Amino acid sequence: MGRWGRRRAPKGLTATTVLVALVFATPVVYLVSRVIVGEVPMRTVVADEVTRDALWHTVLLAGLVAVSAAVVGTALAWMVARSDIPGRRIFSVLVPLPLVFPSFVGALALRASVAPGGLLESVLGPVGVDRLPQVDGLMGSWLVLTLFTYPYVQLPVAARLRSLGPSVEESARILGRRPLAVFFQVVLPQARTAIAAGTLLVFLYAVSDFGAVDLLGYPALTRVIYANRVLRRDLAMALGLVLAILALLVTAAERRVGRNGVAAPFERTKRSLTVPLGRWRWPAFAAVVFFLLNALAAPIASLVHWTRRGFSSGSLDLDQADLWTPVLNTAGIALTTALVAVVVVLPVAFLNVRYRSRVAGPAQTMVVAGFALPGIVIALSMVFLALNTPVLDRLYQTFPLLVAAYVVHFGAQSVRAAGVAVSTVPTRLDDAARMLGADRWRRLVRIDLPLMAPGLAAGAGLVLLSTMKELPATLLLAPTGFETLATRIWGSTEANALAEAGLAALALLAVSGLLTWMLVVRRADLLD
Amino acid sequence: MPARSLLTRLRAPLLGLLCLAVLAPACSTGGERLTVYSGRTKNLIGPLLTQFSEDTGIKIDVRYGDSADLALLIDTEGANSDVDVFISQSPGAVGFLDEQARLSALDESELGLVDADFQAEDGDWIGLSGRVRVLVYNTDLVDESELPDSVLDMTDERFRGRVAVAPTNGSFQDFVTAMRIELGDDVAERWLADMAANRAQPYSNNTAIVEAVTRGEIPMGLVNHYYLERALAEDPDLPAANHFFAEGDMGSLLITTAVSIIEGSGQRDDASALVDYLLSEASQRFFSEETFEYPLASGVEPSDQLPPLASIPTTTIDLDRLGGGLARTAELIQDSGLDRN
Repeated sequence: MGRWGRRRAPKGLTATTVLVALVFATPVVYLVSRVIVGEVPMRTVVADEVTRDALWHTVLLAGLVAVSAAVVGTALAWMVARSDIPGRRIFSVLVPLPLVFPSFVGALALRASVAPGGLLESVLGPVGVDRLPQVDGLMGSWLVLTLFTYPYVQLPVAARLRSLGPSVEESARILGRRPLAVFFQVVLPQARTAIAAGTLLVFLYAVSDFGAVDLLGYPALTRVIYANRVLRRDLAMALGLVLAILALLVTAAERRVGRNGVAAPFERTKRSLTVPLGRWRWPAFAAVVFFLLNALAAPIASLVHWTRRGFSSGSLDLDQADLWTPVLNTAGIALTTALVAVVVVLPVAFLNVRYRSRVAGPAQTMVVAGFALPGIVIALSMVFLALNTPVLDRLYQTFPLLVAAYVVHFGAQSVRAAGVAVSTVPTRLDDAARMLGADRWRRLVRIDLPLMAPGLAAGAGLVLLSTMKELPATLLLAPTGFETLATRIWGSTEANALAEAGLAALALLAVSGLLTWMLVVRRADLLD
Repeated sequence: MPARSLLTRLRAPLLGLLCLAVLAPACSTGGERLTVYSGRTKNLIGPLLTQFSEDTGIKIDVRYGDSADLALLIDTEGANSDVDVFISQSPGAVGFLDEQARLSALDESELGLVDADFQAEDGDWIGLSGRVRVLVYNTDLVDESELPDSVLDMTDERFRGRVAVAPTNGSFQDFVTAMRIELGDDVAERWLADMAANRAQPYSNNTAIVEAVTRGEIPMGLVNHYYLERALAEDPDLPAANHFFAEGDMGSLLITTAVSIIEGSGQRDDASALVDYLLSEASQRFFSEETFEYPLASGVEPSDQLPPLASIPTTTIDLDRLGGGLARTAELIQDSGLDRN
């Protein structure tokens, strides 16, 4: 079987990739320019003990979360996509959902359920459990971020598993390999690139997260950045640059690991393998249910509790709440962003996987690294770009610029998924089509896109869920008066109107569940 | 899969994109509208802005967000900024713009409406309403009699590990700034260090502290007074109450919300009209009755459940007098290690 990556790149593709990379470089360029005009030199920032402590805390937390999310995400993906676990259709909609909780409200709700004095204690009280442990600090942040980020691994891995034909696994089983051995020797190597891609996203998300670590009192670098962003802006910007450098280094390092995955033999097949779990079927079911109880049911319980409280005290009024506008706004902007994000990064993914190119690597690193920056940095950098570029300044605080900001922030999610998808297309199909005289566009539409569809859909799904909960860029860059569910939840939480926040968060969950089902799960089923 | 079915699947998102492209120009701002950036959320000021537009016919474009983020946004927009009025939830964010010389002085007639304690020394911003710092506590876990008269006593051994603070939050930072002005940097620095040594627990903001205290996770926390009022409105049975520190104590500082006009505003007259309206009796009554705050102008009285304004200590944030500026506040908090407990 031939491998991609030997041919010379077409000039148009290279030029497009460079252009895309330049747009994605905006936040880093902005940070560098701020640090240059600022009064805090990088040297003193890096040498400062506070910075080093915070950086260490960030790396430690992100590393732990990455490992646990990789394990959990891969296991869940396999069980839902491959095994005969009961209820897998429902699970395939529920499992990705925790990703949609904005971390400030997700963490608040989760804590209100499982922390001391929470709802769980009142359930467990009669059984003799008086006092549950605190959910805070490193352990709390590790737990909460794992529960809310594993879908970054689960969605791409599930997509990868669905696109793998069953023959190798079947052969292994026929040759007498036990299911566990098949998983480790056959499935895992083939899913490795997808796992690595998702794990990197989890790591970068954990690096960039502010909402959860701030709520749980964990001294990560983003907390220092936020605490200082107005009072000591120069310092905050310099620390932002430290995060950007960390992200670039980690992303570049991951490329070495993730690039040379085991290519799966191509099979054109309508069926996918279902592994019977035998006597493990119900224990596996119980494990998935237990996990979802923590990641989904616990925060939902608090949201419902708050909402009910508001209705019964009369402080919440459904007629006045007007949820339809933010619901439609959220769905519309998130769908648009998901589509744009997938299209924009395709050239980068193609150039990276298929051709010998010196710009492909740096371009992809640039696209991915933006994910590690706090949303406020992305937003301010886009403001800076728009207002200092002729033509673009007319787009300030309009939808195109808002979508651009989202794409710059979340493009990492689609580019890694797209990379995995492109690499799953066998070279010989492309070669055959070329010899039969199909031109580049025809090959793209007839061969590449259909084969890549599950992977691209997974990437689009990730961008979709991320955009739905995005806050800082939405607040600063959306057209005046454009309200999303995330901004509604934020405003209510700020005013301590938890009933209102709870209702909007439940609506956010419902919309994302519906969209996940329509776009990611149902599509994948159609392709099975 | 044939190409046609792929297109079919993409049809809905494509239509969405088309709609947005059509809608975008229609939504762009411009013309004679007044642009307001508000760090107060819609619940806390929206009705007043609507009423102002109805009364005067002046249309308002309002952008809600975090005060600190909006201040950064206005500064980043620079001379291109279309913003006329900035409403801040706390003096810190508006003080930042004052430091960057992005505000223009308000009219003497406006400054005369509000006590000098509640406005910038240079007259660049003016207080609208105030919230008082309090100690919120869980009534099941704490007896009111054990609570101190002074916030300076929160460093006492008996409060070890039992007090929540929000070191990354604007109102805590403003409280520390005021403490620096009134009692000096040394006192502020020592208090922060002692609080940290006494294992005060960091939380993200007032909402999170009140939620944790009502749940009983932590017995008490330093917050602004009106978060509890809102929580009790949703659930009157919550076991929590506000403890006001003694008359004149730094602990019950009044933190003002502020309004300012951006330097170079093209709509100076309309902006002034809005400032006047927010200081009028109708608006001040809204702050008193709807948001449980202290009105600062027009002789409107606060709710009788609150201590009278005269008993609350206040302080002017005079940037020239504040050595090291607002940045020093952030430095002191960070150096104390309070946010790393």
